[in-house]
Amino acid sequence: MTAPADTWVKSERQLARERAHRRAGLRHGSIAAASTILCVAVVAVVVLSSPGWPRVHETFFNWGQFTEALPDVLSGFWLNVKIFLIAEPVILVLGLLVALARGLRSPLFFPVRMLAVAYTDVFRGIPTILLVYLVGFGLPALKLQGLPSDPAVLGGLALVLSYGSYVAEVFRAGIDSIHPSQRAAARSLGLSQAQALRFVVLPQAVRRVVPPLLNDFASLQKDTALVAVLGPLEALRQAQIHSADTFNYTPYLAAAVLFIALTVPMARFTDHLAVRAERRRAPGGK
Amino acid sequence: MSRPLLEIEGLWKTYHAHPVLRGVDLNVDAHEVVCLIGASGSGKSTLLRCVNLLEDVDDGAIVLGGDEITAPGTDPDEVRKKIGMVFQSYNLFPHMSVLDNITLAPVRVHKRSRRDAQERARELLDRFGLADKAGEYPDRLSGGQQQRVAIIRAMACDPSLLLLDEVTSALDPELVTEVMGIIRELKEQGMTMVLATHEMGFARDIADTVCFLSDGVLLERGPAEQIFSDPQEPRTREFLRRVLASGRL
Repeated sequence: MTAPADTWVKSERQLARERAHRRAGLRHGSIAAASTILCVAVVAVVVLSSPGWPRVHETFFNWGQFTEALPDVLSGFWLNVKIFLIAEPVILVLGLLVALARGLRSPLFFPVRMLAVAYTDVFRGIPTILLVYLVGFGLPALKLQGLPSDPAVLGGLALVLSYGSYVAEVFRAGIDSIHPSQRAAARSLGLSQAQALRFVVLPQAVRRVVPPLLNDFASLQKDTALVAVLGPLEALRQAQIHSADTFNYTPYLAAAVLFIALTVPMARFTDHLAVRAERRRAPGGK
Repeated sequence: MSRPLLEIEGLWKTYHAHPVLRGVDLNVDAHEVVCLIGASGSGKSTLLRCVNLLEDVDDGAIVLGGDEITAPGTDPDEVRKKIGMVFQSYNLFPHMSVLDNITLAPVRVHKRSRRDAQERARELLDRFGLADKAGEYPDRLSGGQQQRVAIIRAMACDPSLLLLDEVTSALDPELVTEVMGIIRELKEQGMTMVLATHEMGFARDIADTVCFLSDGVLLERGPAEQIFSDPQEPRTREFLRRVLASGRL
C-alpha cells in the first residue's frame, strides 16, 4: 500500500538526492562563470596588446566617428525598415498565391500552374543583387508610363520578386508536409478540394512554416541594404557617404549594429516559436 | 424485397499493376451490418476506400441508392455527402476543437446554421458520453475518445451508409470496448454499416453478414453464425483456425 499523495513526506533518500543536485548545480555554475571570465580576459589581453590594435581601434571603433555618423545612418535605416515592413506582407501574399497555384489540379489551370513553376525557378535562380540591378536600372530604362521611378520602390519590388519565390517554396513544403490522411478525412466528409485546403490543410501548414518564414524575414531585413546600389539614402548608403569623407570605417559598423539590433530579436523569437512547437509535439507524440 | 442500398459489381482495383481487388461483388441492404474479414492486404480497406471514391476503380461498378457512383461525371462530393467514413488512425483535425471537428462538414458542406450544427453535435457527444470533451483538442483525448469523436463526426452529417475501416486496430484492448459500444448502438438505431475488422468476436456479435476476403477475392459470404461455426471454403477455415490459435476469437 502506498500512502495517498497529500500525506507524502519526502524520504531521506530523496532529500539526499536533492541536496546532491543542488551541490552539483552550484558547482556547474561556478565552473562556467570562472571559465568564461578567464576566456574573455585572455582574448582581451591578446587583442588589446597586439601591435595592430590601435589601428583597428582607430579605423573600426572610433567613438567620435560613430556618434557623428549615427544620426544620418539611423535616419537612413528608417528607410530600410520601411522597405522591409511594406515588402514583407506583399511577399507573404505573393508566396502563398504561388504555392496555391502550384497545387491546382484542374486542367483549366494548367497554364497558371506552369507560370508558378517558372516564376519560382527563375527568381530563385537569380542572385538578389542582380535582380536589384535589373529591376532598379532596367525597368526605368524602358521609359514606360505608370512605372514607379523611386529607387526605393524599385529596390523593394526586386526584393519582393526574389523573396516571393523562396516563401512560395516554404509554403509549398508546409502544404506537402500535411499527411494525406487529413485530406482524405476532409474529403470523406464531403468537403470539396478547395474547402479541404482552406479549412484543414492550410491552417496546419501555415502553423508549421512560421519558424522557417521568420528565418527568411531575418534574411530579408539584411537584404534591404542591397537597395543601396540604386542610390536611395538608406543605412548602408549613409554609412558609405560618411566613410568616403573620412576614410574611416566606423560608420559601416554603426549600420551593422543597427541591422543586428533588428535581426537578433527576430532570431530569438524564431527560436522561441520552434521550442514551443517542439514542446507541443513532445507529450502527445503525433 | 426492395433494391439493396449498396451494390458492388465486378469491382477491380490495381496499384501499379498489382491487383488488390479482383472482381468483387457485394450487396448491402438498408439497415444491414456487413463485416469484412480477412488477412492484412486482402483488400478490405481498399474496398471501403473505393466505395467512398477515395480511390478510382479500374473496372466494375458501384451503385448507391440506385445511382451508379462510379459513372464518369459523378460529383464525388455529392456521393460523400451520403456516406460517412471512419479511419483506423482517427484522422481528427488536430487544429480544431472536438466541437469544430464535428460541425465543420454540417456547416460548410450541408449549409446548416452554426447553432443548429453545434446543438446537434452536443446532443451526439452527450449521447456517447463525451459531453465534457466538446472544447478539448484531439491531442488531449485518449485513442478511444478520439475514435468515438471521429464516429460522431461522420454521423453528424446523417449519412445513409457508414464505412468503418479497422476502427479499433490502433487502440489499446481496454479502449476497444468503448468504441465497439458506440457501433453497437448505431446498429440498434438501424444504421447501415460496412466494417473492415480484425476483431472476430465483435464481427460475430454485430454483423448480419460476414464476408471473407482473400487476395482481393470475396471468397465466402454468409450470416455471421454460419461463417464462424461452419465455414464452407477451406481458406476461410484456415484463416479462422489461425485467428483462433492467436487467441483473437
